[in-house]
Amino acid sequence: MSSPAGIRARFKLDYPGFAFDVDLELPGRGVTAVFGPSGSGKTTLLRCVAGLLRVPAGHLTVNGETWQEGSHFQPTHRRPLGYVFQEASLFPHLTVRGNLDYGMKRVPVAERKVSLDRAIGLLGIGHLLDRKPEGLSGGERQRVAIARALLTSPRLLLLDEPLAALDLARKQEILPYLERLHDELEIPVLYVSHAPDEVARLADHLVVLEAGGAVAAGPMVETLARLDLPIRLGEDAGVVLEGTIAERDERWQLARVDCSGTDFWVREGGHAPGHAVRVRILARDVSIALNRATDSSILNIIPAEVIELREEAHPAQVLVKLKLGATPVLARVTRRSVDALGLVPGRQVYAQIKAVALIA
Amino acid sequence: MGFPATDLGAIWLTLRLAAATTVLLFVIGTPIAWWLANTRSWWKAPLGAVVAMPLVLPPTVLGFYLLVAMGPHGPIGQLTQFIGLGLLPFTFWGLVVGSVIYSMPFVVQPIQNAIESVGSRPLEVAATLRAGPWDAFWTVLVPLARSGFITAGILGFAHTVGEFGLVLMIGGNIPEVTRVVSVQIYDHVEALEYVEAHWLAGSMVLFSFLTLLALHVFNPTWRGRK
Repeated sequence: MSSPAGIRARFKLDYPGFAFDVDLELPGRGVTAVFGPSGSGKTTLLRCVAGLLRVPAGHLTVNGETWQEGSHFQPTHRRPLGYVFQEASLFPHLTVRGNLDYGMKRVPVAERKVSLDRAIGLLGIGHLLDRKPEGLSGGERQRVAIARALLTSPRLLLLDEPLAALDLARKQEILPYLERLHDELEIPVLYVSHAPDEVARLADHLVVLEAGGAVAAGPMVETLARLDLPIRLGEDAGVVLEGTIAERDERWQLARVDCSGTDFWVREGGHAPGHAVRVRILARDVSIALNRATDSSILNIIPAEVIELREEAHPAQVLVKLKLGATPVLARVTRRSVDALGLVPGRQVYAQIKAVALIA
Repeated sequence: MGFPATDLGAIWLTLRLAAATTVLLFVIGTPIAWWLANTRSWWKAPLGAVVAMPLVLPPTVLGFYLLVAMGPHGPIGQLTQFIGLGLLPFTFWGLVVGSVIYSMPFVVQPIQNAIESVGSRPLEVAATLRAGPWDAFWTVLVPLARSGFITAGILGFAHTVGEFGLVLMIGGNIPEVTRVVSVQIYDHVEALEYVEAHWLAGSMVLFSFLTLLALHVFNPTWRGRK
């Protein structure tokens, strides 16, 4: 029943006051963000996958290898995975180099795919090798911990809120390194987070947990654009789109981003044309018009089709899913406007997008 | 003047007894400490209490029961006779058995505390880095709990050197076999040999001081840091 590629995970746990029941099929490549509030079971899922928590009736296959099935349970130290814990987990009795070596020397030479130099270069920790963990900053420690995990040449990398214990400046320091991992290594990653900005920047695939169960799972762009459970990445529902910088406008300090055929003008971010970026568009920043306004301050006015409408918690508001070509976008409008404009699925309109945020 | 030959014999015997006891206590006490530190079993409290009992029991009580148990009609005595070891009371190895039980809490408790303060996280980290349980025990737990193991060794050794009542009960007073320093001091005093008693007693005071000093020196500075 296991498909050759991909991760298939089924775990069921009944603690008093906490039921955990997930059945997931995840892609075997790219970054899958496991998103949800505290206590939703994110870390439990990761611990089950790592084998640190043994669920009697669990099932887990990773890219064709069965790690758990029936009475077969591969202990953690026999699973080719890397795990980065939330808090600094470096061994205090070893130097940075000793920490890096610890996992690497336990992997047979023939199975090593990530060299010491590569990991040190990727995470920028060459100058720290002879230091003890107690002398490192929080950000440096997490970079060493990530490099240490990579050096075991894992076939699955598990990151449990690796940035949660860090302040904003340290997060900004590490995020570029995580993006490089994403871009340069072929290792599938399960990334647990409750921070919307991290998910928006890094994830290709999204699993949303709530109260011990998965309420949504799928490619990030589609999952974020679902109306039945608008997922709030931060303060509001919205979508994250992938695109490339198509053009820079030096005079007005703007850049044109091409997201699978739909163009958006954004504030210039210093990226060269051709650079892959992500943009975030929140539902509250999108309004709808029947005609193209020619006297508006809004730069991004794009033809769109109404796909679906759904009433929100407050009866005055409606969330509208639009398609701009192939690109889904959410808009929040009033019920009165829906009535006045006659918005129904299939209606051709113009999406007026007041703000498009360049996030990476 | 120095120590007469009988005193030297007593000192040598005492050191051999304490060394054998300490080695055995590491072998037996570490798994017990590990279990006590990690279990959530209902048995944790009763077993912990049994291990700690020598702290409060008079050594004569412990010695009395051990003497009965190791005697010809006791369960331990019958077992040792059955497997051809003879009887343990009034022998060196009888003293070792008694000392192991008597000094058990001084070894188990520091190791248990150290394992608890290390916590399970470093061992989980080791497992995600491909280290099996035995490998992780030696390469992560022992180095991180080092101060606890050193404290346990020093206390176990020193406490065995200082025992008296238990030795009298199960060892008697046989030169070179069971007459340890504390018993020898008693004999000197009984015989009004106060000069000899002073030499040995003074040595014990010095030994105790050095032991406690060593405990402070060997408590590494990283302990207690996160």
